[in-house]
Amino acid sequence: MQSQHTSNRIAAYSTPVVLAVLLLGFVVLVALFGDKALARTMAETLVRVVLVVSLWIFVGNSGVINFGHAGYMAIGAYCSAWLTLKPQSKALFLPDLPDWLMQAQWPVFPAAIAGGLLAAFIALLSGAAILRLSGIAASIATFAFLAIVNTVYSNWEGVTGATSSVVGLPRYVNQWVALGWAVAAIFAANLYANSASGLALRATREDEVAARASGIDMYRHRLLSLVISGFFTGVSGALLGHSIGVLNPDSFYLGITFISLAMLVVGGIGSLSGAVMGVLLLSLLIELLVRAEQGMAIGTTHFALPSGSQEILIGMAMILVLIVRPNGVTAGKEFKLKPQWLRQSRLDSAKSTN
Amino acid sequence: MTNLAQLFFDAASLGGLYAMAALGIALIFGVMNLVNFAHGEYIAFCVFALIVPSTDAVAMMFLGRAPALVLILVVLALGGLIAVASEYAVFRHLRRADPVAMMIASFALGFVIRNALLAAYGGRPKAISLWPGLNTPVNIAGASVPLLQLIVIVTTLLVVTGLALLLKKTRIGLEMRAAAENFTMARLLGVRANRVITGAFALSGALAAAVALIMATQTGVADVKMGGQIMLVAFIATVLGGLGSLPGAVAAGFMVGIVSVVLQAWLPLDARPFRDAFLYTLVIVCLLLRPQGLFVPASAKPRV
Repeated sequence: MQSQHTSNRIAAYSTPVVLAVLLLGFVVLVALFGDKALARTMAETLVRVVLVVSLWIFVGNSGVINFGHAGYMAIGAYCSAWLTLKPQSKALFLPDLPDWLMQAQWPVFPAAIAGGLLAAFIALLSGAAILRLSGIAASIATFAFLAIVNTVYSNWEGVTGATSSVVGLPRYVNQWVALGWAVAAIFAANLYANSASGLALRATREDEVAARASGIDMYRHRLLSLVISGFFTGVSGALLGHSIGVLNPDSFYLGITFISLAMLVVGGIGSLSGAVMGVLLLSLLIELLVRAEQGMAIGTTHFALPSGSQEILIGMAMILVLIVRPNGVTAGKEFKLKPQWLRQSRLDSAKSTN
Repeated sequence: MTNLAQLFFDAASLGGLYAMAALGIALIFGVMNLVNFAHGEYIAFCVFALIVPSTDAVAMMFLGRAPALVLILVVLALGGLIAVASEYAVFRHLRRADPVAMMIASFALGFVIRNALLAAYGGRPKAISLWPGLNTPVNIAGASVPLLQLIVIVTTLLVVTGLALLLKKTRIGLEMRAAAENFTMARLLGVRANRVITGAFALSGALAAAVALIMATQTGVADVKMGGQIMLVAFIATVLGGLGSLPGAVAAGFMVGIVSVVLQAWLPLDARPFRDAFLYTLVIVCLLLRPQGLFVPASAKPRV
């Protein structure tokens, strides 16, 4: 005999399964019917899923907006590049790397893990300082963190190649690899959100004072979620690098910060399903707008949107969603399966209490 | 001695610029708890208003050809106008939203303005010459100081005193301070919310325009990205000064300017490109020591 509470908890674990099946469905469809360009877009979209889901692990549960995640991405991406590039090209482009790093030529998977771990470590250090601040001040401090990372990576000539791009990364990230990581991130996010720490953190999001009065150490839970979020953000950076093959500090700055926050907000900050839906919806919109900017022929006339309208329209869409539907498309709801036996037990328990 | 005087003028003028930008952000935050991420784009917008929209590399002066007095007034008005327009178009509909939603909306608005500028003017930075005469150095106390630096210092002092007078002596100033203290209570006592908020936005936009004029004269470049860096510094100054405290924002703006000039002068040559990284690290350390900021306004104390 289960209580309603237990059945709700079990149903909460069905969310990642639903999301994973949804993504798998898209990938299979693209693999069966799509062309090469569509597969490329799918892989990029899935890398964004990893990014936005890992962003959600912190922002969604704590309610504190983090502008610094592009910094963790850069850290992960460059770390993976240092470990996987050929020693000859490192000697040429990144001459100041320490010797052991110069000789390193790791397989891609451990390199991605290492990128994530380094980002998680930096998240631990920076979070230990930043998360002592109150919500809005902490958000601004994360912005300062982003600027620090960008300044360092755009000027550290011999180690990061500064503003000249690092090229020649092995491009191993196809849609299947990205799907694997996206599913992993979704499951990790769901596990964390339903853990004791995740629940405590969401309690502080709803009411800081009441949560504190119930004995919740807000700082500790925020830091833990930032570290987990940092790990997957770092991995997403590594994946992004290995899907386009080129790294540049400016590709991890305001542009990606904006687009990932936009996806999270449009989908709905309050739920994991919202994070994933936001990525899918906005990626679709971006793809359509990019096609529209290239122009299409209707009959004999050629229609094209002026270039740059993609960004402007996405910004407007984001503002519109904030005004009309402030909690995003999913409004904080999760996709859940409620199998028959769970519902049955709920009825039973309702009866037994009568 | 010469060096010290030089350092002093550099620090005071940079600090003044930062203080004005920080004031623009603190004003709006004080009245409606909005962290306005579009402020940097107001600055960029005002700079680009000086030149004719085109994607060519060479800039044609547009407003920039007008006589100085007209130009200053028009640009200040334009700055106020875009700020008020953004209030009408976006933030007015978000009055009941929480600060986080407003912050993200302002971030999106900034992104829209930035990309609109990019579409109209192209991505390349453009050389503009606005009052080049102001960059000629003058000798004061053994230091050669560009005239503009003196003007910046004087302007900052004027703006700060003017704003202080406005806030202390006029009715709208009183209403603004009341709104900053406790918005709901102020409304109950008959403060007209929309008037106060529109006023704060207009002032903030005019401050952005002043910053834009100074930056355009100083650097001689119009770049879409030019607002971003100074906006970040201004944010940091408002947090450092204590969110919502106007004197705190001014003091912290000056402080960040001074530290930044001192770092530039004293850091070893190899470390100089990383100056901003050192600066922001110092800021985070400073916030660790005083998480509420240096000057804590009464309104910042949490009520239960």
